Amino acid sequence: MLELKEIYKTFNAGTVNEKRAIDGLNLTLEDGDFVTVIGGNGAGKSTILNLIAGVFPVDGGSITLNGIDMTHLPEHKRARYLGRVFQDPMMGTAATMGIEENLALAYRRGQRRGLGYGISNAERDLYREKLATLGLGLENRMTSKVGLLSGGQRQALTLLMATLKKPELLLLDEHTAALDPKTADKVLQLTDEIVARDHLTTLMVTHNMKNAIQYGNRLIMMDAGRVVVDIRGEEKKKLTVHDLLERFHIENDRLLLSE
Amino acid sequence: MNFINLLNALPGACAQGLIWGIMAIGVYITYKVLDIADLTVDGSITTGGATCVMLMLAGFPAWAAMLGALGAGLLAGLVTGLLHTAMGIPALLSGILTQLSLYSINLRIMQKSNQSISVDKYDLLVSLRYIPQAILITAILAVAVIAVLYWFFGTSLGCSIRATGANPNMSRAQGINVDMTKIIGLMISNGLVALSGALLSQYNGFADVKMGIGSIVIGLAAVIIGEVIFSKIFHNFALKLLSVVLGAIIYYIVLQFVFWFGLNPDYLKLLTAVVVAIFLAVPYWKGKYFTKPAVSAAKKEDKANA
Repeated sequence: MLELKEIYKTFNAGTVNEKRAIDGLNLTLEDGDFVTVIGGNGAGKSTILNLIAGVFPVDGGSITLNGIDMTHLPEHKRARYLGRVFQDPMMGTAATMGIEENLALAYRRGQRRGLGYGISNAERDLYREKLATLGLGLENRMTSKVGLLSGGQRQALTLLMATLKKPELLLLDEHTAALDPKTADKVLQLTDEIVARDHLTTLMVTHNMKNAIQYGNRLIMMDAGRVVVDIRGEEKKKLTVHDLLERFHIENDRLLLSE
Repeated sequence: MNFINLLNALPGACAQGLIWGIMAIGVYITYKVLDIADLTVDGSITTGGATCVMLMLAGFPAWAAMLGALGAGLLAGLVTGLLHTAMGIPALLSGILTQLSLYSINLRIMQKSNQSISVDKYDLLVSLRYIPQAILITAILAVAVIAVLYWFFGTSLGCSIRATGANPNMSRAQGINVDMTKIIGLMISNGLVALSGALLSQYNGFADVKMGIGSIVIGLAAVIIGEVIFSKIFHNFALKLLSVVLGAIIYYIVLQFVFWFGLNPDYLKLLTAVVVAIFLAVPYWKGKYFTKPAVSAAKKEDKANA
């Protein structure tokens, strides 16, 4: 269970560029919740993910994951509990290292990294098996440098890395926004499969309202650093884009909607 | 212009190249693996030389003096690492600050600006008086260093250092303490540089407070020459380290040729800088003027339309 209590975050405090990004946000995720997050630019979607991951500290409030207070843990220590996929396909993998080396780095998330093997043969079999589930043929290119892969392949690999060691919380920050529609669908389907299979608690930011409705069991909308809409259960299942627009008087805002 | 003179100078160039090759491996670890330009090395190579000479003058055997030099280099790297990570100073500036402070420390270690050590009175590991022996010993040392580093960068810890240089964001997301890995990388790098300084001072028979000036550029020259010449055929990490050592040897052999043609040795540092500048520019020019035809054609079209 993830509990965000009274979270505040202001960027460039005390300057003309002061921006209150998160304004007293409260949010609780139950185990196994797959929550999609929508909202306009500057609503605070990515900021809240980065605050959970510890990229920068909160100004106020607390972040608790499964009873562990993470509010003041440094980013690399929180990584033990978190799986993360970023918007930029370049960001989640090391381009100059091989596919299997990247997976081996992810496999050791949360462990002490000492002088043991960086990658063992037993692991290679596991990685080959896991890569095969992506259906991209990467299992035959284990030693290829990740820099040679396409954006979609890199995102699929990052997703695999994020979930290789079961995370207590999976953070997806518009992870399909930089991909072409067909590849984006493929990566989203993979995401859905992995989340369902491993029963992962997930927070997925998206710009695409259709995806937000199609995936997950709960949808939240953010505005000005707060959660303004929270739809779950049966209501979420029946939701359509039209409903969402009607119900919350959202004009067909170009900033908000990708279609 | 006596050709025999040139031939006679080549073994010495090889020995010097091997010694600087170990130093260049240290530069490779920061510049290529960690993606940090670390200027500490101009100071830490002297620290290594000074520590080694003073320990030997105090009666320690060569191997112990070299271990002492290695330790001093590790400490220098630790200081730069802490300035960079714990105090948030940009890496380039951290290195410069450590390098500057090492100048004072090196003077204090040697108590004067120059300390000589005679191969007649002390049991030096390498000396320009016995060049074949120097080549053999430094070659064995270089191979040993490459072997140990090849093993180390294959371990979990070594992989996390490589990942830090490749993508720090991803590294943090995978739970790597990038501050720690940067410090460890800087320590190993400067440890090797100091070890090379220890060999260099023995080879020359003295340590001098100014012996390190411009050594970062020589290290970079070796790294870049090795990469330009061997990157097409050497892909394995151990072979890449080997190409750095070969780059250093080539650098010294080329220097011998240039001086043999009658260039004034005063131009040594200028020449080194020019060589590095040219080799750094080649990949840039290649990317700019010799990219795939499709891209160039598109650019031309853009220009025509503009």
